[in-house]
Amino acid sequence: MKTMFDEMYAAPAAVRDHYAAYDRWLQRQTDEVMRARRDESEMIFRRVGITFAVYGDKDSGEGTERLIPFDLIPRVIPAAEWREMEKGLRQRVEALNRFIHDVYHGQEIIKAGVVPAEQITRNAQFRPEMIGVDVPGGVYSHIAGIDIVRAANPDGSGTYYVLEDNLRVPSGVSYMLENRKMMMRLFPDLFAGHRVAPVAHYPDLLLETLRSVAPGGVNEPTVVVLTPGMYNSAYFEHAFLAQQMGVELVEGQDLFVKDGFVFMRTTRGPKRVDVIYRRLDDDFLDPLVFRPDSTLGCAGLLSAYRQGNVTLCNAVGTGVADDKSIYPYVPKMIEFYLGQKPILNNVPTYLCRVADDLQYVLDHLGELVVKEVHGAGGYGMLVGPAATKDEIEAFRAQLLANPSNYIAQPTLSLSTCPTYVESGIAPRHIDLRPFVLSGKTVQMVPGGLTRVALKEGSLVVNSSQGGGTKDTWVLES
Amino acid sequence: MLSRTADHLFWMSRYMERSENTARMLDVNYQTSLLPQSTAVAEQGWRGLLSISELTNDYASRYGAVHAREVMDFMVRDERNPSSILCCLRAARENARAVRGALTTEVWETTNQTWLEFNRMLRDDSFERDPAALFEWVKFRSHLSRGVQIGTMLQDEAFRFVRIGTFLERGDNTARLLDVKFHAVESDFYGAADARDQEYDFYHWSAILRSVSGFEVYRKVYRNVIQPEKVAELLILRPDMPRSLAACINEVIANLSQVANDQSGETMRRAGRLMADLQYGSIEEILATGLHAYLTQFLDRIADLGVGISRDFLVAVH
Repeated sequence: MKTMFDEMYAAPAAVRDHYAAYDRWLQRQTDEVMRARRDESEMIFRRVGITFAVYGDKDSGEGTERLIPFDLIPRVIPAAEWREMEKGLRQRVEALNRFIHDVYHGQEIIKAGVVPAEQITRNAQFRPEMIGVDVPGGVYSHIAGIDIVRAANPDGSGTYYVLEDNLRVPSGVSYMLENRKMMMRLFPDLFAGHRVAPVAHYPDLLLETLRSVAPGGVNEPTVVVLTPGMYNSAYFEHAFLAQQMGVELVEGQDLFVKDGFVFMRTTRGPKRVDVIYRRLDDDFLDPLVFRPDSTLGCAGLLSAYRQGNVTLCNAVGTGVADDKSIYPYVPKMIEFYLGQKPILNNVPTYLCRVADDLQYVLDHLGELVVKEVHGAGGYGMLVGPAATKDEIEAFRAQLLANPSNYIAQPTLSLSTCPTYVESGIAPRHIDLRPFVLSGKTVQMVPGGLTRVALKEGSLVVNSSQGGGTKDTWVLES
Repeated sequence: MLSRTADHLFWMSRYMERSENTARMLDVNYQTSLLPQSTAVAEQGWRGLLSISELTNDYASRYGAVHAREVMDFMVRDERNPSSILCCLRAARENARAVRGALTTEVWETTNQTWLEFNRMLRDDSFERDPAALFEWVKFRSHLSRGVQIGTMLQDEAFRFVRIGTFLERGDNTARLLDVKFHAVESDFYGAADARDQEYDFYHWSAILRSVSGFEVYRKVYRNVIQPEKVAELLILRPDMPRSLAACINEVIANLSQVANDQSGETMRRAGRLMADLQYGSIEEILATGLHAYLTQFLDRIADLGVGISRDFLVAVH
């Protein structure tokens, strides 16, 4: 059995300092109170309609809309830890933005032999349409979600690792905001006794970021949020962010391009759009350039974009940098572009397209986590230690059929956090997704979204696979 | 604002209003059915209700003969009937959800909760146990929606389209109700022969009034016994009667003029003309030309206004 790291307890009876006050409070709560609060939170989430849709479910009415389970026990990060993490996040996202710019311009990093050329040009997310296109401020990933876990070391201490960079359309920030609102509503007394760093100004920072990257010469930019529509799993978030920023929530059918500019159809005629926070993958943006069958985007959008008449956030082609096969090179990017030592750790990663790595992975399938390079949402992965022999063998065949589609990492012993489950309070594995905003400056709110794997022993925190969320506190001591 | 957003808002309030009107008609029929009466008369009431919503054939093809319980089921919770309260509340909620960002939190939560609660009430048999209570509840949720809209929304275009939807739908519904109910007694429209018929008439006309919350209003306005032509006058021409055709068209015009754009001139002119007809019309004149013909024409003009509003504001052209 590997050592475990629990966020709240250093040892079974030893509460960590930053949880001490919370622990005293928790001791005073009866089970009835906690149960009542949990029911209340569920009722409120449903009434407010904070739901997501599960793909593949077919049902009418409320059935397709699920609640993401919300856990009552916060994940607490000491402020000093957060400050270090924040530095690391700034550094990492800055390097990634520099990398994307480089990929579509001089490709210096290839010339220097740091990243192999085929890793970029053969990447399905590489968009040749973006070569030579200059975007405002050289920023590509305006909104980045960096997934971080803490893993136990053999000596019982914990280390943060970046698990994944999400540079395309990371979601979840609305849950971060709603979770905090919910906690303050359910347990106002807790906040009186703790100095929890606020997060509610995120929509302000987001709007500021989006406005700061408007096309040159536009003084009062019109910003919109582009959604695939109300049946998208993250629709709530799209509507929520548009409302919080006070901007229009548009669908592709609301937009059209004329003379190289983008307009939206309004009750008073066409209105020019300058910045589009698009919550839509590249593939669906413009049927003239990408998927011709897409009805979610807007014909001519890419042409207007390439002419610099509209800004897309995030930029087209950022996927080239958040691929699981590019991930291992991020520390080297930081050194290459910034001349700095990486602050945040990467998880050691085996690239199955490399023969030696593949052999190692095949020999150790039972110990490793194997992921699809382009997979998301916890689908198409093998968690070795949790898999049956048959599952491992089935996966081995899949892996051998297309090795370059996979990477593997050692199974980290993800940290746990006490979680309120049916049987009472029990440890469950968690991760963290901070959101990094890059415009004229890099900004973020303290913390991020903590996801929790509600099944005992499970490491999969995705909401589509039975994960829940927690409020995340960055706490000044 | 976005044309699509305006369209969703317009339909959100139309569907909510429609659910209220359906509940009103069901309620009145249900209450009337509790009075001693012949099967034929009772059946006529339920038939009339189906005919108001133009659902006579749909109903017949699924249920056959007209029975109170089945008509109520059909109109309350039949998924296949797009005019059922279930379908209206779902459509209202889906439209609201599509533009929840353009609504205040209170408006959205009210609409969402109405939908969730309604489903719960269908599940736990509240409807079977006490249909009248359910109808009352639907009416009050609709009152609440309107109140929350008025009490929390900025009076911008979004609010105007919500209001236009409400009153266009209400005008349409009141006209249909009048048409069907007057049709039912066309043969002995003027005055009743004997005491039994008189009694029947009283319940017939007072039921119409009650279905539009107009019974007490009628007494207050006319201080007289219930007379069909006065009922018609109240529900068509009285601008101070909140569910009358005149009141509805006045509201449509007032809100329409707030959102006027370059292409809405013709729609505005037609709406104004309709208002003028109501403003300067008299009940004698209307009855002389025939109420049915008058109401049929009114419904056509309402539909025409709906088309005009869609074209001018909701379905945007390049």
